[in-house]
Amino acid sequence: MNDGVLLDVRNLDVFIGESHILQNVSFQVREGGITGLLGRNGVGKTTTLRGILGLVRRTGSVTLAGDELTALDVPQVVRRGVGYVPEDRDVFGGLTVDENLRLAERPGSPLRYELVYDLFPELRTRGAQRAGTLSGGQQQMVALARALLNADNRILLIDEPTKGLAPLVVGLVTNALKRAAEVATILLVEQNLAVAHKLVRDVIVLDQGQVGFIGNVEQLMGDPALARKHLGVAHG
Amino acid sequence: MSTVALLAITGLGLGALYFLIAAGLSLIWGLMRVLNFAHGAFFTVAAYAGWVASEALPADALWLRWLVSLVVGIVVGALFATLTETILIRPLYARHIGQVLVTVGLALATIALVEGGFGSDPRKIALPEWMTATTKLAGAAIPNTRLLVIAIAALVLALLLYFLQRTRYGLIVRAGVENRAMVMALGIDVQKAFTLVFAIGGMAAGLAGVLAAAYYGTIDPGRGTAMLIFAFIVVVIGGLGSVTGSAIAAVIVGLVQQFLNFYAAAGVGDFAVILLLAGVLLVRPGGLAGSST
Repeated sequence: MNDGVLLDVRNLDVFIGESHILQNVSFQVREGGITGLLGRNGVGKTTTLRGILGLVRRTGSVTLAGDELTALDVPQVVRRGVGYVPEDRDVFGGLTVDENLRLAERPGSPLRYELVYDLFPELRTRGAQRAGTLSGGQQQMVALARALLNADNRILLIDEPTKGLAPLVVGLVTNALKRAAEVATILLVEQNLAVAHKLVRDVIVLDQGQVGFIGNVEQLMGDPALARKHLGVAHG
Repeated sequence: MSTVALLAITGLGLGALYFLIAAGLSLIWGLMRVLNFAHGAFFTVAAYAGWVASEALPADALWLRWLVSLVVGIVVGALFATLTETILIRPLYARHIGQVLVTVGLALATIALVEGGFGSDPRKIALPEWMTATTKLAGAAIPNTRLLVIAIAALVLALLLYFLQRTRYGLIVRAGVENRAMVMALGIDVQKAFTLVFAIGGMAAGLAGVLAAAYYGTIDPGRGTAMLIFAFIVVVIGGLGSVTGSAIAAVIVGLVQQFLNFYAAAGVGDFAVILLLAGVLLVRPGGLAGSST
């Protein structure tokens, strides 16, 4: 294992039906902080997260702290310390907030209820409410809380956590992600470049299913031509 | 008045049997998206296993014989269902047509085997005296078996709700019915829940097989399939994946059948149930407990 590298993705290929979605994708995520996985719509960012987790069939190699994950099924990958917050939150609408959190508890893992309720005090007061009746922002809190709850999660794969949220809630989620990065490494897919700029240190940019750029966020955002080339927009 | 009471309780008894079959079907579909046409075979095999066990005991120990048949029926139903899931269904999870073919094939083969072994004529069941007697309720002489079936189904409903609401596996099943992939993404091995749900469904179907034998006084190879059709209707009306919805729908279907078959003409109740299904699908496609869209 390379020094400081927590997640190592090598030659990842994903086919969905006839489409070759990810083509020979390779990158590394350093331990600690937030690494951004950026790119235009439809370039394969969500598929990359799903590929790491094993939710889609993939070839190549994915190692977490040197442990190969590709031969494992999804629950086994997660139990190695991978938390996941999907793009559409996927909270269990028929279950209460408390039940959503209880379901996320992993036997043997220390639990961070204090941190979760400190970040999202609303979840404590809405514990008995069905998650399906929550607002989008509140559902995002539940989704993030589920991933943060298990203290043995080494990396959190978080997919567009600010998508469709009101500006006030975006601020709340941004702060929560900053705090979360103090206790776990985060691989973050984010379309909101202002949020990404605030949070991430390293960036990986996907372009049509392939890695287009790997480097520092300042390199990318500070170079309008580079940002326009890979993201289709220059971040001011 | 006495006729209404008799029809109501007999209808509830029939609904109770439908519920016992439908509850397992509904959970299996809701969690695993498996349309299990072999569920009637669990019912039939359990009923015959219970009968064989009962026949092996002393003729005058009628309560013992019935209780043993009940336990054997439940255990055989659970075992048959567990083996079906692990051997036949598990390799076919992503292949729905394969699942339908294998469960239909298993159902047909099972009926043929039972007919081959025991013949196609109904077999009379030896029951304790209390179960062949009646109890006076609201002026009607209600067969005790109806009351027994209703009481046991109510107990099963309570146990299932306790399991679903109060246990971790129940929580996993409820979550899995909503979004199986996300349950796995929380690190939970859904496979164990699949097997457990199949086993629970088999137990309930086995119980229904033995109780139906007491309800009708006989067993025959085709009854499981006949009841399965109405149990499927109950599942769809109640809402796929909802035990409470199945319970409500089972009561409605049982009552509609009994009252219309008596007051209109034999067979009208069965037809009315089909119309009821069509009406629910038009107005509320997700069923009574599902979404309205």
